[in-house]
Amino acid sequence: MLLVEPKNFQLQEPLELDCGRVLKQVNIRYETAGTLAPDKSNAILIEHALSGDAHVCGRYAESDPKPGWWDEMIGPGKYIDTDKYFVICSNVIGGCSGSTGPRSVDPDTGNPYNMDFPVITIRDMVRAQKRLIDHLGINKLLSVIGGSMGGMQAMEWAINYPESVDCIIPIATTSQLTSQNIAFDWVGREAIQGDPNWNKGNYSADHIPQKGLATARMLAHITYLSDESMSRKFGRELQDADSYRFAFNRDFAVESYLEYQGRRFVERFDANSYCYITRATDYFDLASRCGGDLAKAFEPVKSAFLVVSFSSDWLFPTEESIKIVRALLKNRVNVTFCEIESSYGHDAFLLEVETLGTMIRDFLRNRQKVNND
Amino acid sequence: MIEQLYVDLDLRPDLEIIANLVKPGERVLDLGCGDGSFLKMLKEKHGAEVLGMELSQDAIIKCIANGVPVVQSNLENDLDFAGDGDFDWVIVSQTLQEMRRPDVILQRIVRVGKRAAVSFINFGHIACRLQLLTTGRMPRNKHMPYEWFDTPNIHFGTLRDFRFLCQELGISIVRATPIGQHFPLLTNLLPNLFAVGCVFVIEKKS
Repeated sequence: MLLVEPKNFQLQEPLELDCGRVLKQVNIRYETAGTLAPDKSNAILIEHALSGDAHVCGRYAESDPKPGWWDEMIGPGKYIDTDKYFVICSNVIGGCSGSTGPRSVDPDTGNPYNMDFPVITIRDMVRAQKRLIDHLGINKLLSVIGGSMGGMQAMEWAINYPESVDCIIPIATTSQLTSQNIAFDWVGREAIQGDPNWNKGNYSADHIPQKGLATARMLAHITYLSDESMSRKFGRELQDADSYRFAFNRDFAVESYLEYQGRRFVERFDANSYCYITRATDYFDLASRCGGDLAKAFEPVKSAFLVVSFSSDWLFPTEESIKIVRALLKNRVNVTFCEIESSYGHDAFLLEVETLGTMIRDFLRNRQKVNND
Repeated sequence: MIEQLYVDLDLRPDLEIIANLVKPGERVLDLGCGDGSFLKMLKEKHGAEVLGMELSQDAIIKCIANGVPVVQSNLENDLDFAGDGDFDWVIVSQTLQEMRRPDVILQRIVRVGKRAAVSFINFGHIACRLQLLTTGRMPRNKHMPYEWFDTPNIHFGTLRDFRFLCQELGISIVRATPIGQHFPLLTNLLPNLFAVGCVFVIEKKS
């Protein structure tokens, strides 16, 4: 059994952010699996999505009921083989799973930042990660891999640190959030900030904006599924009764499922973090830095790319990946692209492990071969 | 009877002819690259810089295993990511007959490629003609096992048809290498009747 442990890295220098503010005494929570090769050529950075954390694979103790969030993909002998590769995953800044975020204590005031935390961007998250990778003594990562918001971070790596990564695997992602994406995020934050417990972000640990955060999660969760997968899983099934109860408590199986997802999310995620991280994705727009020209934004790229989308993903649909691919091709980047046939919607990036894993495994193997030749 | 004549195409002599055209370091785009094994060979033996395009997910998975960069595409998509003459070669090997608009594709490939190598099976071959004449039905064999109504090969043509199309599109045929079988002399003399296939090297008329 793969055992891992959470580690902390305190940034020595303050972190300058896109918004112009500076974050002091930043902590990064991270985990590693596998062994770093003597020439340090086998390091892979995994980027988590919106609600993920640094616990990507393995267990903390043999008795742990649940492994890390991508344990099917990563581990000894698995697609991303920790017998071969040194895998790193860190919690994003602004998060709530160990890295500095809105619930951390502001060293200037001695109180939690809450909504005084600076608005961060995807690029800021990557800036912090670069410090961690430098601290680990790795000059060049073999790969940066991530789905959804993780894919956004992966692309930021390729643009901002082109010499520091050999290949990038952005999965089910986009180069910019669309109006529809931003709208969903807005409604989610409205639910949180409209919860009486929210209190402008200054809630105490025993009075959290539970209802608002659960609602935000339920809404977002729908966008991670597809009509087909929901129909197949729940259809119009009733949860506890044989017929309609003609009332407004949950009747349908899908309602019960969403309620459960919302409840579980509240146990592990912080409402302010949710606001900050969704805001970071709203501001994500690679082309905007170059007058709307995505190809120009990718000009610095030197890494090879494997871009993957899923046929039923309507949150970040295949067309968004194709935009990325065409912009990369314009720069003559070594790029491979595949849309995986799947009915799971956006969540497919966590569920289509076999097809996606085979692609990632073979792609990494060939990249390592090229580097060794 | 037509079966026999296509046996050698199984070994893909067209690919052998195309491979010999590619010089070290040249950039090659292959439309309908299949499992990528041909591009892998071009990359490893000819030192070419390759890119494949392919529709099938299973084929793309094999391309990735072969270490060949491949972009999923239905091949009817615009090649507008590429500038004029960005590729030294664009290869379309036995794919043209599956395309909805071969004429549009030909114009695109001579734009993005300095030259293009196009190979296809000749429907003007004597065996096809005889089969159509004697049985009154569309030619079928084990390499073209489809019925007329379910075949992916929606645009069969003859070598002569191709020449006419190129002329109409302002495309010049730099070289034509007919692929024969039993009668090399006849194949070269009357390719449209005796060649089972052909590799055309084409370019935009300057």
